Amino acid sequence: MLSRTAENLYWMARYIERAETNARLLEVGARNALIPNIGGGYRNEWESILHASGNANGFAEKYSDIVQRNIETFMFFDRDNANSVLSCIERARENGRIVRTALTTQVWDAINIAYQEVQEFGRQERSSLSLSDLTDWTLRTTALIRGAGLNTQMRNDGWDFTNIGFHLERADSTARMLDVKYFTLLPQISYVGSGLDNYQWRTLLRAMSSSRAFNWAYGGEISPAKIVDFLVLNRACPRSLISSVESANEHLDRLARAYGKSGPAQTRARALVGELHEMQVQDVFDEGLHEFLTRFMGQVMAVGGAAQTMYLSGDIR
Amino acid sequence: MPRELRSLKQNEAEALFRRIGITFAVYGEGGSPDRLIPFDMFPRVFQADEWARLERGIKQRARALNAFLVDVYGRGEIVKAGRIPGRLVYQNEAYETAVCGIVPPKGVYSHIVGIDLVRTGPDEFFVLEDNCRTPSGVSYMLENREIMMRMFPALFQENRIAPVENYPAMLRRTLASVAPHKCDSDPRVVILTPGHFNSAYYEHSFLADMMGVELVEGSDLFVEGDYCWMRTTEGPKRVDVIYRRIDDAFIDPLCFRPDSMLGVPGLMNVYRSGGVSICSAPGAGVADDKAIYTFVPEMIRFYLGEAPILNNVPTWQCAKPEDLKYVLEHLSELVVKEVHGSGGYGMLVGPKADKAMIALFDQKIREKPWNYIAQPTLALSTCPTFVDEGIAPRHVDLRPYCLVGEDINLVPGGLTRVALTEGSLVVNSSQGGGVKDTWVLAE
Amino acid sequence: MKLTISHETLYRFEPPMRGVVQSLRLTPSQFEGQQVIDWSIDVAGAERGAAFRDGAGDWVETVSVLGPVSEVRVVVRGTVITQDLIGVLKGHRETVPPEAYLRPTLPTEADMAVRALAESALESVENDDPLARAHALASAVTDAIAYCPGETNPGTSAAEALALGRGVCQDHTHALIAVAQASDIPARYVTGYLESGADGGAHEASHAWAELWVHGIGWIGFDAANACCPDERYVRIGSGHDAQDAAPIRGVAAGIGVEALEVDVHVDDTTADQGQSQTQQ
Repeated sequence: MLSRTAENLYWMARYIERAETNARLLEVGARNALIPNIGGGYRNEWESILHASGNANGFAEKYSDIVQRNIETFMFFDRDNANSVLSCIERARENGRIVRTALTTQVWDAINIAYQEVQEFGRQERSSLSLSDLTDWTLRTTALIRGAGLNTQMRNDGWDFTNIGFHLERADSTARMLDVKYFTLLPQISYVGSGLDNYQWRTLLRAMSSSRAFNWAYGGEISPAKIVDFLVLNRACPRSLISSVESANEHLDRLARAYGKSGPAQTRARALVGELHEMQVQDVFDEGLHEFLTRFMGQVMAVGGAAQTMYLSGDIR
Repeated sequence: MPRELRSLKQNEAEALFRRIGITFAVYGEGGSPDRLIPFDMFPRVFQADEWARLERGIKQRARALNAFLVDVYGRGEIVKAGRIPGRLVYQNEAYETAVCGIVPPKGVYSHIVGIDLVRTGPDEFFVLEDNCRTPSGVSYMLENREIMMRMFPALFQENRIAPVENYPAMLRRTLASVAPHKCDSDPRVVILTPGHFNSAYYEHSFLADMMGVELVEGSDLFVEGDYCWMRTTEGPKRVDVIYRRIDDAFIDPLCFRPDSMLGVPGLMNVYRSGGVSICSAPGAGVADDKAIYTFVPEMIRFYLGEAPILNNVPTWQCAKPEDLKYVLEHLSELVVKEVHGSGGYGMLVGPKADKAMIALFDQKIREKPWNYIAQPTLALSTCPTFVDEGIAPRHVDLRPYCLVGEDINLVPGGLTRVALTEGSLVVNSSQGGGVKDTWVLAE
Repeated sequence: MKLTISHETLYRFEPPMRGVVQSLRLTPSQFEGQQVIDWSIDVAGAERGAAFRDGAGDWVETVSVLGPVSEVRVVVRGTVITQDLIGVLKGHRETVPPEAYLRPTLPTEADMAVRALAESALESVENDDPLARAHALASAVTDAIAYCPGETNPGTSAAEALALGRGVCQDHTHALIAVAQASDIPARYVTGYLESGADGGAHEASHAWAELWVHGIGWIGFDAANACCPDERYVRIGSGHDAQDAAPIRGVAAGIGVEALEVDVHVDDTTADQGQSQTQQ
């Protein structure tokens, strides 16, 4: 297929997933903010959300106070924030519009309606919109778009590029959300294992729509090790790093088979899957959660970069 | 139809259009480029024998225009014979010396000829203008029919209405038939668009989809060796026929405007060395220039040895002193157009214009007389149209699409544009015009 | 005269570009005034193709270099035997009608001053002597623009150069085209090489001049910069409506960066060389 079409599908998927990530992050922040501010020098929960979304600087340039309302505005409605839910939906729709003919009517409808609804939100009185309405809407909408694709899109190379986009973005997203914990816990290591700490882990699971899945898999006892195992190394968890990377790898392999040649993108993805397979949860803690996640995000970016060069740039001969 | 039902149907039609995504961006309006073009549910109907005559006239014209293009980029017989002034042709802005001496495959420069017609009497049609470059609007023809068939299936069962839906297949066949001689396999056809910000992007992507060909932007193509290639996820793929929806000036920065980002560097060299076909061929615009228009009947006589079937609207060339004098004296009765204008912009409709407007045009014409032509206001036919007050007559025109390749074909139908304002003669969608489905009844 | 030409053009890109495509018009014209003994165009690392003779009779070819490209070197070498046809382009095959060269382009658009210059130049010339008219226009331009490098740039128009009264061969040529077209004489831009000898009278080895369509004779070259018609010291390469249209090399580099250009041209009279080598044998 046309390299640019593949690129548009890849980014459309990434933006949809990114919109979802932002909504999930907002939910984590809102829940964390509900617990009382104990412990004095305790860091602002909302700040950790900004750090995790990778947009702290953009926020600081525009807003003075790190308070819920500003964060909501910034992460949901702000067009100056390229990663706000509104920006992501607009960009996903723009990418989709360019390759309109590569999408089924169902997928296009879902994206187009999302676009119209998010525009409508932008026009509404802000006090009439609760944060949970907004996050619920985002999760529902992105699920609808992905579901429409799952049901109707042809399983051709375009499908692979779409899914490579989805899963690389999701790998990045889960890593970022886990990283929220790192920022939240920075000030005092003594909170680890405390009730407050457990509450935050639980919130993280909720935000990933994985709270009940976790209960089934681990019997409800929350510990950092279990949670990291679940979100990093458990192949049963649909948002875990290993699941995301495996799926991206699967679609890269499908492409290699269809095109009859493999390249650096496949090599890198395979190596990353292999590493995660070999890993134990203790290895993550030995390396340091934040250090591990940072390295992992770098590797995911490298897979994306290799796919970009091989398929999306159109420069390959 | 009762008023409530009508409004219900109208809403249904609009919802359908918006869902499909047919929108038409209006230049110079700012804001959302997603404005809908008004659709009128009352179809315009042609009887089979009426259409047969039109068809002959249109095909005749399309043949003559292509013969003219091959001639003026070759030997220039019509100029040498003194039938058209050389100045009008060779000094024309649309005349491209870069393609002199080129005879495109099958001798076709203009592969899609859109001819704008108006009717003034039962058997009287006038050609308003020819569009030899990249006439737009064909997606409306197809979508209007689709909507009508969805909303009024019974009408299609009761009447024998000639189908238009094979247009994309015909277009693809036409384009494939003019593949370069060097192409030795099934020709790869692509549509070249300026991009998704273009007002007609919807049509470009619609046609690509209906034809099953790639919709490419300039950056998707590159030139290497003797050919033009498309960037794909599997590596370069050779392109044989480019249906371009960008203007000549932007096709290739190495040949035309050096600042063009929309085109493909080197494409004109590949075209001129026979490695790719470009449709319409660069330079085709010289045939649809408003100053050349006057001479189309002459072309028909000269190249085909036939009498013209369709009439031209009498036209005054402001470049000619005697015509200029007449035009300036009769501005309030005439329609004045820019020679290179399109879309109803920069136009004076004398009978509708106020004094200030007429004074403005008087001045403009005096400054650049060669830039203007004038035509009488015709007693245009009207067609029943739904308006706020009910059903009322509104002025219409018609653009059928003639495909020229190995053979020459005309789809039974076209785009009927309607001036929705009472008494208005301007049907351009950019000026508040609407569209209708066009029915040709089978024998 | 036997002229040996060496013409190197080097483009440097920093940072390297994604790809470069060039259209080359670098092959001597075919007409009675010149006979090509040998000629080569070399572009290292480039894919060549899409070559053809255009409607104006010029040989055009296309080169593309796949990125990353940090430099493109176009090397032209050849030998041409020329003869003096007092400027007449005799035996040159082309299909572009002369009238097409009546339409000005941006750099050759006439303003009031251009028209005034054309009128005054033709004041005392008989209307029915087209050759004298062409000569009169050429010498008017020679007088109106002093040769003065560095005062104008590639974007300077004929009107601007005339107003300034100074310029280089490109400006003389644009100005001559403008006054000719304003006088209803088809005119075009010609590029080529000039053997400048030791006398220092001629200016540039890579040269440009105008051709005017003279009724009854055909295209005739006029070098207003050197106040003469092209003779055996000139090698004609190609033509166009203006400098850009006639450019020997037109290229586009994909990418964002800085482009630096170095040009090195030598035109040597090697008529005598052959005699020498014969005596040595």
